[in-house]
Amino acid sequence: MSLWEYANPVKFLRLSERVLPVLWAGAGICVVGGLLWGFFATPDDYRQGSTVKIIFLHVPSALMAINAWFMMLVASLIWLVRRHHVSALAARAAAPVGAVMTVIALATGAIWGQPMWGTWWAWDPRLTAFLILFLFYLGYIALWEAIEDPDTAADLTSVLCLVGSVFAVLSRYAVQFWNQGLHQGTSVPVATGERTVSDVFFVPLVICMLGFGLLFLALVLYRTGTEIRLRRTRALLARGARSA
Amino acid sequence: MRALLIRELRLALRAGGGFGLGLAFFLILTVLVPFSVGPATTLLGTIAPGVLWIGALLACLLSLDRMLALDFEDGSLDALATAPLPMEGTLVVKALAHWLTTGLPLVVAAPALGVLLSLPAPGYGWLVISLLFGTPALSMIGMFGAALTVGIKRGGLLLSLLVLPLYIPTLIFGADAARRGAAGLDPTTPLLMLAGVSFGTIALLPFASAAALRMNLR
Repeated sequence: MSLWEYANPVKFLRLSERVLPVLWAGAGICVVGGLLWGFFATPDDYRQGSTVKIIFLHVPSALMAINAWFMMLVASLIWLVRRHHVSALAARAAAPVGAVMTVIALATGAIWGQPMWGTWWAWDPRLTAFLILFLFYLGYIALWEAIEDPDTAADLTSVLCLVGSVFAVLSRYAVQFWNQGLHQGTSVPVATGERTVSDVFFVPLVICMLGFGLLFLALVLYRTGTEIRLRRTRALLARGARSA
Repeated sequence: MRALLIRELRLALRAGGGFGLGLAFFLILTVLVPFSVGPATTLLGTIAPGVLWIGALLACLLSLDRMLALDFEDGSLDALATAPLPMEGTLVVKALAHWLTTGLPLVVAAPALGVLLSLPAPGYGWLVISLLFGTPALSMIGMFGAALTVGIKRGGLLLSLLVLPLYIPTLIFGADAARRGAAGLDPTTPLLMLAGVSFGTIALLPFASAAALRMNLR
C-alpha cells in the first residue's frame, strides 16, 4: 500500500469519491462556522473597528493562494519525474482555484486597505508580489489552454511552473528591495511560535484557514476527477470516430 | 557553434525587418512618451531611466517570436536538434545572436534616446552599464518563452503573457540601477543584483529552454 497506487486514475477516482463528501462537509462546516464566528461572535478591534473581521477571509485565501502554487509545483515535479497523468491533471485543476484565491486575497485586502490605509492599492512589496503571482497563474492557465496535445501541454506547463516558481520567489525579494512596505508583518509567525493576535480572533481564524484548506482540497479533487472523466470521454469519442 | 552563430547573425541581418525593427520600435516608443506625459524636462528627466528600460524590454519582446518560430516552420530546428551540438548549446548560441542583433543595438542607442528625454548627465554611463548587464537576461528569458510557445499557432500574445512576468526582477534591478545612477546615488547594489540575475539565467535557463524545446519537437 503506497501513495503511488493512487496514480492509477480508477483508484484515484474511487478514493476521491469516498473522500469528497467528507471533505465538502468539513470545508462547509469550517468555512461557514469560522466565518459566522469571526463575523458575529468576535468583538470589534479598538482601533480598526469591525473592518478587522475581513481578516477571516483575507488571511486564509492568501495562505491558499501560495499553497496552491506550491502544490502545483510538487504535482509538476511528480509528473516530470514519474509521469503520472493524475498528477499533471491535479496541477491543472489547482491553477484556477489558486488564481481565484489570489483575487480574493487582493480584493479583500483592497477593501480593508481603503478605510485603514486610506488607499485601495499601494505598491507595497507584499501586494505587488501577490499581483505578480496572479500574473503567473494567468500565464500558466493560458499555456494549458493553448496547447492541444495533452502530454505536451502537461510537460510544458510543468517546466513553466518550475521556472515560474524560481522567478516568483526572485520577484518577491526584488520587490522588497524596490519599495518599502506598508503591509503589516504576519500575526501568526510559525517559526517563532509567538503571535500578536489575541485568542478571540485566533481560534476562528485557524478554523477559517482549515476550512479554506479543506475547500481547496475538495475543489482540486473534484476538478481532477472532472478532468479525468473529460479525457476518458474524449478517448471514447475518438475510438468511436475511428471505428465508424 | 561558430558556424551556427554566423548563420543566425546573417539571417537576422539580411532577412529584413529583424535587425532594425527593434531599434525603430525603441525610438518610436521614446518619441511617444513626451506626447503622453507632456514635454516638461524635469518630469521627463525623472522618468527617463524607467522609460528607456521598459522601451528596451518591449523592443526585446517584439523580436522574440521570430527567434525560433521561423526555424520551426521550415524544419531547420529539427535539423539542429539532430546535429551533434547539444540543444542547450544551440539555444545559447541563438540567444547570443538575438542579444547581438537586438540587445546590443539597444544599449548603444539608449544614450541618444536619453538625450531626447533629457536624462540627467550622471545617468548616461549607468544607463548603458545597467542595460549592458540586463539585456542578456532579457534574451535568455525570452528564449525560454519562445521555446515554450514555438509549437503554438499565433503564440505571440501568449508569449508576452508568459515572458513579461519573468522579466519583472530584471526590470526592477535594471531600472533601479539606472534611476539611482541618474539621481547621483550609488547604484552598486542593484547593479550587482542585476548581474546576478543575468548570470543566473545564462547558467540555468538554457537547460529549461532545451527541455521545453525537446518536448515541442517530440
